[in-house]
Amino acid sequence: MGSLTLSNVTKSFGKTEVIKGVDLEVQDGEFCVFVGPSGCGKSTLLRMIAGLEDVTSGDVMIDGKRVNLLPPSKREIAMVFQSYALYPHLNVRDNMGLAMKRAGASKAEVTQAVTNSAQMLSLETLLDRRPAELSGGQRQRVAIGRAIVRRPKLFLFDEPLSNLDAALRVATRIEIARLHYELGATMVYVTHDQVEAMTLADRIVVLNAGKVAQVGRPMELYNDPANTFVAGFIGSPQMNFLKAGALGLQGETVGIRPEHLVIGDSGEIDGTISHVEHLGGETNVYVKTGPHGLLTVRLFGEHDFDIDAGVKISPDPARRFHFDAEGQRMR
Amino acid sequence: MSISARTSMPRTVAVHTALILYTLIALFPVFVILINSMKSRKAIFREPLALPGPDTFDLVGFQTVLTQGNFPLYFGNSMIVTVVSLALVLVFGAMAAFALSEYRFRGNFLMGLYLAIGIMIPIRLGTVAILKLMAAAHLTNTLTSLILVYTAQGLPLAIFILSEFMRTVSDDLKNAGRIDGLSEYWIFFTLVLPLVRPAMATVAVFTMIPIWNDLWFPLILAPSESTKTVTLGAQTFIGQYVTNWNAVLASLSLAILPVLVLYMIFSRQLIRGITSGAVK
Ligand SMILES: Nc1ncnc2c1ncn2[C@@H]1O[C@H](COP(=O)(O)OP(=O)(O)OP(=O)(O)O)[C@@H](O)[C@H]1O
Ligand SMILES: [Mg+2]
Repeated sequence: MGSLTLSNVTKSFGKTEVIKGVDLEVQDGEFCVFVGPSGCGKSTLLRMIAGLEDVTSGDVMIDGKRVNLLPPSKREIAMVFQSYALYPHLNVRDNMGLAMKRAGASKAEVTQAVTNSAQMLSLETLLDRRPAELSGGQRQRVAIGRAIVRRPKLFLFDEPLSNLDAALRVATRIEIARLHYELGATMVYVTHDQVEAMTLADRIVVLNAGKVAQVGRPMELYNDPANTFVAGFIGSPQMNFLKAGALGLQGETVGIRPEHLVIGDSGEIDGTISHVEHLGGETNVYVKTGPHGLLTVRLFGEHDFDIDAGVKISPDPARRFHFDAEGQRMR
Repeated sequence: MSISARTSMPRTVAVHTALILYTLIALFPVFVILINSMKSRKAIFREPLALPGPDTFDLVGFQTVLTQGNFPLYFGNSMIVTVVSLALVLVFGAMAAFALSEYRFRGNFLMGLYLAIGIMIPIRLGTVAILKLMAAAHLTNTLTSLILVYTAQGLPLAIFILSEFMRTVSDDLKNAGRIDGLSEYWIFFTLVLPLVRPAMATVAVFTMIPIWNDLWFPLILAPSESTKTVTLGAQTFIGQYVTNWNAVLASLSLAILPVLVLYMIFSRQLIRGITSGAVK
């Protein structure tokens, strides 16, 4: 009931092209996450789907119907914003019910729908409060509640958790995941937080400067990146990029994740320990090397190293990614 | 007010001294007008700065004003002109500001510039043209002519100030409204206007006072007895050879009252606007 298709969608503000031809298919019921660095056009793309920005060229289809010229309220979508965007003069109940009221639903229907969504998000006790009387986490739950009241075909989220503290972020993330499961609705979610992207997504769309860099399931992107951009963007700490020539390997760059480097007394790469980070469950070791610069090695458990000690590093040959001069993966 | 940790005692004292001094200087002319309006003519000239005493106290000025001439009518005219112009400036100014700050359209920037130029060019330069226009439209000696001129006079500053403020209203809030199916008018009146209320109050005060005090346009466009405003009415007591100072001072004192009331209404709004919770 809620598939989304973008075909060759572009957007220009004046002369600057911000979205440079995006093709995307989101299946009914899928949880699709847009990630990418700041300014790459995630929010713009989402607002184009919502109808808040005009599409310069290309088509936006919701549920197989071209919606380019439909106003936002007619697209059967709901959106949750980073800044919550609750109506300051209305209490929680009216905030949640407003859209249905405007669409002409009867009082009983509105009350029923508001009560239902309030139950799903445990907002029953807050219904008579104004937004100013709620905490940040409660406001965002109300904003999510407001979105689910009208049972839209498509949910749009624009960095909904960025204003929350770490603990609340985890709790609300879990709540969103549960909602997706219960409602079975199609969701498009914008974030720049990798953990949110990896944990929530059925499919991730990595955007880079207004273009799709790669689309795939989280583990596909992690284990099979199509280019250096995706390889570097997905995964934390970041993937190491080594000079292929210095290792005598094919291609321009060799990528290897920090957990696939081994530190020991023997190995192909010489280096000195520059810095060690102890995280309890894991230890990140930063090693300075001649040809490759600073490499990150991720070890599990606790390990001790002397700063400035000489070490040797060897990459796991089976886990190497080879990229050509354009940064494209060589297979 | 208690002295918080952030402000030191000498600083507070210095700030308050400066403010009190300024208040005294600003209020002094008003004070002189008020005390002299309650004195006999001789006392006004003998000792202008003395307070009215038992021998000098005289309300003859107020008596003249309230019995002679049509002062209640003049008051009514001033009130109508000021309130209607103010309302029009606020409504149209806010709407234009919303359009300029919210919508991207061809000529947006030029339109904003064109409207802002009105702040720098005094409307009085166009007096002759305005008078011709009003005469052609058969609007001379009507309050409508004054209301039209004052609305035009107040709009540039209103649009300039309000559009700056409207740019600060959260886009997300307006967009949430659009997704919920609210019309642009609904968004403007119920979401945006309440959030720029402090700016509206500022604009209201800056617009209202010049209109109330204006002598120029009432004199030129509407000098007839039935359309006189208070400031024009007060001039009847100023003659070429004799000036009835009691009546002039009394009418000026009375003219302060309505502006004071309007000002208090708006300044309350202003403070409420500032102290009512934030957007997020
Ligand atoms: N109204 C506008 N006029 C001109 N340029 C704009 C406008 N809105 C966005 N842009 C530009 O479009 C680009 C993409 O912006 P967008 O807000 O979509 O980025 P984003 O990926 O959401 O970034 P972030 O992670 O920081 O939110 C930016 O370079 C921005 O400067
Ligand atoms: Mg964004």
